[in-house]
Amino acid sequence: MTFSADLALAHPQLILAIGALVLLVWGAFTPKATAIIGAAGVLVLLAAAAAAATGPLGRGFAGGLIADDASAFAQVAIYVASAFAIPLGQRWFERRGVHNFEFPVLILLAALGMGMMAAAGDLISLYVGVELHSLALYVLAAMHRDNAKASEAGLKYFVLGALSSGLLLYGASLVYGFAGSTVFSDIAVAVKGGAHTGVLFGLVFLMCGLGFKVSAAPFHMWTPDVYEGAPTPVVAFFAAAPKLAAMVLFARLLAEGFGGAIAQWQQVLIALGLMSIAVGAFAGLAQKNLKRLWAYSSIANVGYAILGLAAGNAEGVQSMLTFMVLYMVDVTGFFACLAALSRQGKSMETIEDMAGLFKEQPGIALAMTAFSLSALGLPPFSGFWAKVFVFKAALGAGFGIAATLGLVGSVVAAFYYLRLIKVMWFDGSVGGTDKPPLEAKSIGLALALFSFPLVLIGLIWLYPAAGRAAHAFGLA
Amino acid sequence: MPLLSLITYAPIVGVAAILALRLFGRADDPKTVNSAKWIALVTTLATFALSVLLVVQFNPADNGFQFVEEAPWFAGFSYRMGVDGISVLFVLLTTFLMPICIAASWNSITKRVLEYMIAFLLLETLVTGVFCALDIVVFYIFFEFGLVPMFLIIGIWGGARRVYAAFKFFLYTLLGSVLMLAAILFMISTAHTSSIPELMSHHFAPAIQTWLFLAFFASFAVKMPMWPVHTWLPDAHVEAPTAGSVFLAGILLKMGGYGFMRFCLPMFPAASHLFTPLVFALSMIAVVYTSLVAFRQTDIKKLIAYSSVAHMGFVTMGIFSGNATGEQGAIFQMLSHGVISGALFLCVGVVYDRMHTREIAFYGGLVTRMPLYAAVFMLFTMGNVGLPGTSGFIGEILTMTGTYGVSTWAAIVAATGVILSAVYALSLYRAVIFGTITNPKLSDILDLDWREIAIFAPLIASTLYLGVYPASVFNLTQASVDHLVAAYQAAIGG
Repeated sequence: MTFSADLALAHPQLILAIGALVLLVWGAFTPKATAIIGAAGVLVLLAAAAAAATGPLGRGFAGGLIADDASAFAQVAIYVASAFAIPLGQRWFERRGVHNFEFPVLILLAALGMGMMAAAGDLISLYVGVELHSLALYVLAAMHRDNAKASEAGLKYFVLGALSSGLLLYGASLVYGFAGSTVFSDIAVAVKGGAHTGVLFGLVFLMCGLGFKVSAAPFHMWTPDVYEGAPTPVVAFFAAAPKLAAMVLFARLLAEGFGGAIAQWQQVLIALGLMSIAVGAFAGLAQKNLKRLWAYSSIANVGYAILGLAAGNAEGVQSMLTFMVLYMVDVTGFFACLAALSRQGKSMETIEDMAGLFKEQPGIALAMTAFSLSALGLPPFSGFWAKVFVFKAALGAGFGIAATLGLVGSVVAAFYYLRLIKVMWFDGSVGGTDKPPLEAKSIGLALALFSFPLVLIGLIWLYPAAGRAAHAFGLA
Repeated sequence: MPLLSLITYAPIVGVAAILALRLFGRADDPKTVNSAKWIALVTTLATFALSVLLVVQFNPADNGFQFVEEAPWFAGFSYRMGVDGISVLFVLLTTFLMPICIAASWNSITKRVLEYMIAFLLLETLVTGVFCALDIVVFYIFFEFGLVPMFLIIGIWGGARRVYAAFKFFLYTLLGSVLMLAAILFMISTAHTSSIPELMSHHFAPAIQTWLFLAFFASFAVKMPMWPVHTWLPDAHVEAPTAGSVFLAGILLKMGGYGFMRFCLPMFPAASHLFTPLVFALSMIAVVYTSLVAFRQTDIKKLIAYSSVAHMGFVTMGIFSGNATGEQGAIFQMLSHGVISGALFLCVGVVYDRMHTREIAFYGGLVTRMPLYAAVFMLFTMGNVGLPGTSGFIGEILTMTGTYGVSTWAAIVAATGVILSAVYALSLYRAVIFGTITNPKLSDILDLDWREIAIFAPLIASTLYLGVYPASVFNLTQASVDHLVAAYQAAIGG
């Protein structure tokens, strides 16, 4: 393959990289133009999404970069989700007196890292993608500098993230040492017909590292603290797109690189998935802060996605991809609603703060109800379909007990979603909520409309698209 | 004309109209509130008219599904609707009780009326959808989402312990239905179809049937409710507003029985046959035990709630008898119970609206002040007991006859339930209605007004009509029930 053909495959990433650098320089010279830089950032993301959707397919840079249906699917979802984050976060920071033109730039850099994760074809680009997006996220978490909690969250995220990167690197070097290559397709050849113990050792480390990134139990410890401390719109961003990117990478690594060791990684995934569901369901019961609660909810939901992936076939990956996209809508929408709410200038973050919300802000309360019911997995909301696909795949692959346990876990989790709904609908209102800012409210309401009823039409397109993406991994 | 979808989604038109009212007017403006009530009433009446049209056009000789609508969806699912002789009557029952629920809430609901009407209209759509759905996923959507409006109705407009009751209701039924969801997904991935008629003719291996049956059983037994998973029902009933209770007893409980007939018997006949003794045992306990429990209640609503559990025991017995008499009786008992228990809860609502208590000891001697009310209450008490001439009699005698053909003991034990129901129902009636007024607070209580008479009139008429001329129901159900029973008997080799 020629260099220019390689570059053509990397168009989306190039657009983001150049866009981020240009915006950085532009912002350095005109720091006041934050609104325009933000709008330009959204345009760059949409351009990258368009490039990913329409670009040529193939493998470039000696297998390091893959442009196929899966990477296109994931990139479009990631870039669009990132585009929501810019208006949501920028205005939020401005209202709190933080005028940073760096915010859109950091989102672009994070998106670039995630784009690389979605398209990574070897361990090197895997690591570069993971690190690039993580570093941007650490900064974003601590961006509200005057807030001690945000700084704490950023630091915690950084320290634990560095640990997981270490695991990832260690695993990568083990795999390289025993398989003799960093390219997934070469690893697959080495693993075919039984993997060497050393390779499996490396694989487990890689899975631990990625488990950190998707916050699957038992690697979830950082999640509640970081969600609680980080600025709400930033949480809306990093609870959604990075999870999808990491899950796609997870799927590609396992399916393309370790297809021969399927029996080994399936067990690990089932354990990870069930543990995440249990931790998310039970630990969530004790939470009073909504951001922490939703952190546990995200742990449980990642558990469901992992169960789908554990099916180890194309239907499983398809269900996982659909799940993650639908989950992204929920979680972004919920945090957008949370970002829209304040009472006399103070953020509303605990369950008690939501008392009687339906009387004061019926639109936002309805949207939050929809997101809660969706996360609970109640039909006909998007979260229900997500779970249906995942469990159908898991049951089809013969994991009947695991799937049933997972579903029972969702009943436990139902309690805390219902408690939120109860507080919003049944309790008397306190009064004094501020007028919600337009951009956060409209993002929240639009995503709620997607969660129901638009999803019923959207899935007609989304599910087959995820299917095409899943087949790119070459699973049965 | 897609008549079934029209009936199902007609209430949504009312929801949209009320939402429009809310957007353009103030929620607490008396004029807005009043128009919302009228919109809800007119919508439900129109829906009822449509379902009458459905029954008129229904061809009773055809034992398959009629008015079938089908459109492909995603992932192999389809939007499929259709009714047979079993479900068409439940559609009629739902749309019949709905305007009554709205009218019963006319004056007793004073806060958040718009939301209340929206919740009820939504509930009507969802329950009608349950009875019309011919795709198992579509069925599940309607079945499960019905929890949400009911949760809100109990939790917002209920009594003192409403939050506890709402949570109990939701979590109990959710646990049952997630197990069913697991079974549904398993069935779809083995049979490669989600169409209910195709699943009915798919033969699942007997060992698998057992697990699938248990999962469906978990869900429907909770909905029904069967002993010992009935404990959510009294709490939910006591805390729900009157119309909520009417809807719960009249329609929501029927989804359990309907589910047994639509899924368990035709799809898992071997397992159904295997578990028949278990179902009979649970039903016998339900009939005797909950009748005794009902007798000891001090709260009128709780008493009627427990009597519902006992009456549902007859239904499960009839269904699992697996013969045409039992099935016909079960269907009839469900319809009759829908009307009678709904009417009884309305009777409680009448005195509750006036006195705001449901303590039996508070009342006594109402006949002197409320002769009309006493007569109405008498009729429905007799219906509840199963007096010949009321619809309650037909259902009980048929389910017992059907059961007798399979298990003599079960039928005999169930027959004691008829006596026990007379014990608790008549002693309730005596305590509330007869005697002299001893409580001074009751001395100026008013008899039924015109609105209440208008609400009770259709219920009285249908109780008596069904009691005297039950053939009108059997004519509709005959072909479908015969089809169901023939397939079931063939499958179990009986």
